[in-house]
Amino acid sequence: MATYTPHQERHPNTLRREHREWLLFALFIGPNLLLFSVFTYWPLLYNVYLSMVRWDFLRPTMPFVGLQNYIAAFSDPRFWNIIWQTATFTVWSVGLTLVLGLMLALLLNQPLRYRNTARAVVFAPVVMSGAVVAVVWSYIFDPRYGLIDQLLGFIGFDSPNWLSDPFWAMPAVIIVYVWKNMGYAVVIYLAGLQNIPRELYDAARVDGAGAWERFWNVTLPGLSPVAFFLSVTSILTCFQAFDLIRVLTNGGPADVTTTLVFHLYELGFVSYDAGKAGVVAIVLFLIMLALTIVQIRYIEQRVTYG
Amino acid sequence: MAVTNEIERAMKPVNVRRRPIPLSLLAWRIVGYAAMIVVVVIIGLPVYWTVMAAFKETREIYSLPVTWWPAKPTLANFPAAWQAAPFGRYYLNSFITTFFGAAAEVILALFSAYALAYLRFPRKDLVFLLLLAALMVPVEITIVPNYLTVARLGWINTYQGIIIPGAAIAYGTFLLRQAFLAVPHEILEAARVDGAGHFRILFSVVAPITQPAIVTMALLSVVSKWNDFLWPLIVTNTTDMRTLPIGVFWLRNSEGFSNWGVVMAGSLFLIVPVLIGFLLAQRAIVEGMTAGAVKG
Repeated sequence: MATYTPHQERHPNTLRREHREWLLFALFIGPNLLLFSVFTYWPLLYNVYLSMVRWDFLRPTMPFVGLQNYIAAFSDPRFWNIIWQTATFTVWSVGLTLVLGLMLALLLNQPLRYRNTARAVVFAPVVMSGAVVAVVWSYIFDPRYGLIDQLLGFIGFDSPNWLSDPFWAMPAVIIVYVWKNMGYAVVIYLAGLQNIPRELYDAARVDGAGAWERFWNVTLPGLSPVAFFLSVTSILTCFQAFDLIRVLTNGGPADVTTTLVFHLYELGFVSYDAGKAGVVAIVLFLIMLALTIVQIRYIEQRVTYG
Repeated sequence: MAVTNEIERAMKPVNVRRRPIPLSLLAWRIVGYAAMIVVVVIIGLPVYWTVMAAFKETREIYSLPVTWWPAKPTLANFPAAWQAAPFGRYYLNSFITTFFGAAAEVILALFSAYALAYLRFPRKDLVFLLLLAALMVPVEITIVPNYLTVARLGWINTYQGIIIPGAAIAYGTFLLRQAFLAVPHEILEAARVDGAGHFRILFSVVAPITQPAIVTMALLSVVSKWNDFLWPLIVTNTTDMRTLPIGVFWLRNSEGFSNWGVVMAGSLFLIVPVLIGFLLAQRAIVEGMTAGAVKG
């Protein structure tokens, strides 16, 4: 609207055409925006409201309680436990995904035959349904007849009762998460490896750098933007992990695999506490928003100065 | 976008060997192949295990030591799974929600991307931002309010209740907008001179040219709708409205632990179509999922 011109100066036809184009724009993008307003933005605002009422989904009234739900949540050691468990789950899952992903990418970047087949195998779990992956793994973790018990038996160990042992349940979920999501990191790393200029390697070789030095001084720095992108997106995906947890452990045993997302589901659809669910939704949103902003900032910086 | 192309280009010169390989390099290569085999085995083992169990007799699954190959391969688990849960109905529900869910996303993305790329509008930047911001609101935090909305609309346990709350699309819109902006100006100008309206330009000029991007986007939508779990779990409450992932989950809850063969057969009902699709369209799927990652 900055370049406003008085009507008389324009040809009336141009103006009408312009208006028609505005209308068409609104018509084209309207349905998408409408759906977002109803099913994305409205829920976001409504969560803010819900987080300040007490409601069980049934009662006709929703008494306003101000910040009480927040105070209750933050003074509940269980809530802090859940945040801590979310952090543990995220740090291990993302860490393992990034490190193992890098190792696999370096391997599958070598001039080996059939490496494209290997890449396909590594990536395949990414497109599988998380729920079914979890169903399959619950058989693999079966303490008596499962695959892992079998493999541990080879080296003379007894399998723990993975999914119902408070110590092993979280590692089990992390193992499945990494198995399912590592392929994504591998593919992103591989693309990043291709983007490192060949000349850098040649120059390093001329300078007498060995394979290890080339890795430290050329490959790793060259991959750092990709690794940063991956770590942020992986953290965001990890925060949203639901199906694996619902199917493998249902948040148990004794709560040890309950993360924020699972807690939100549990509050909303198991214990029917809309107010507390609202609090968790807002907390989760703010954490993820902060991460996204970090990511956007970083990308902007790269575009501007890189 | 260029990910796979670059990967392939980088592969070319390697295969042209002129000199015999030095011994140390040969040793490295053997280590490389060994590592690759280990990786493929470790990642493939759970799927192998699933397939084997699906073909084992129940007695065999529950006898020790565990066998790596079915002693008496049987197909009995498949009809048993089909009867233990209404898989015909699950397939139908999954097909309907995936088809209409993905179709809605593709159509909305096509029109939105066209508007963003070519149509004039005051404060278009704001509209752009509004769509971009939607990417920052994870679906998970909307479940309670959306459940209430869908309940108010009377859509609980209906197809529209499963499909419509997830029909809006931001990521795909940006993916297509990017592709649309790369269409040469002269082509669009020529179409306009010929008197083509915006609908004609979109469907007979822009869409055919950007078909690979549209296919990629559509595949992404299909995969995510087919695998969707949280929302259909919440919004359906009878067996006959469940989609495949929910169905397999409940099958595990009722038959699992005592009847793994049937549960694994049921899992294959879901996994096999996805793996076939992945093999056929691997490149487009990988490209779509990784687009925007490396170029930043």
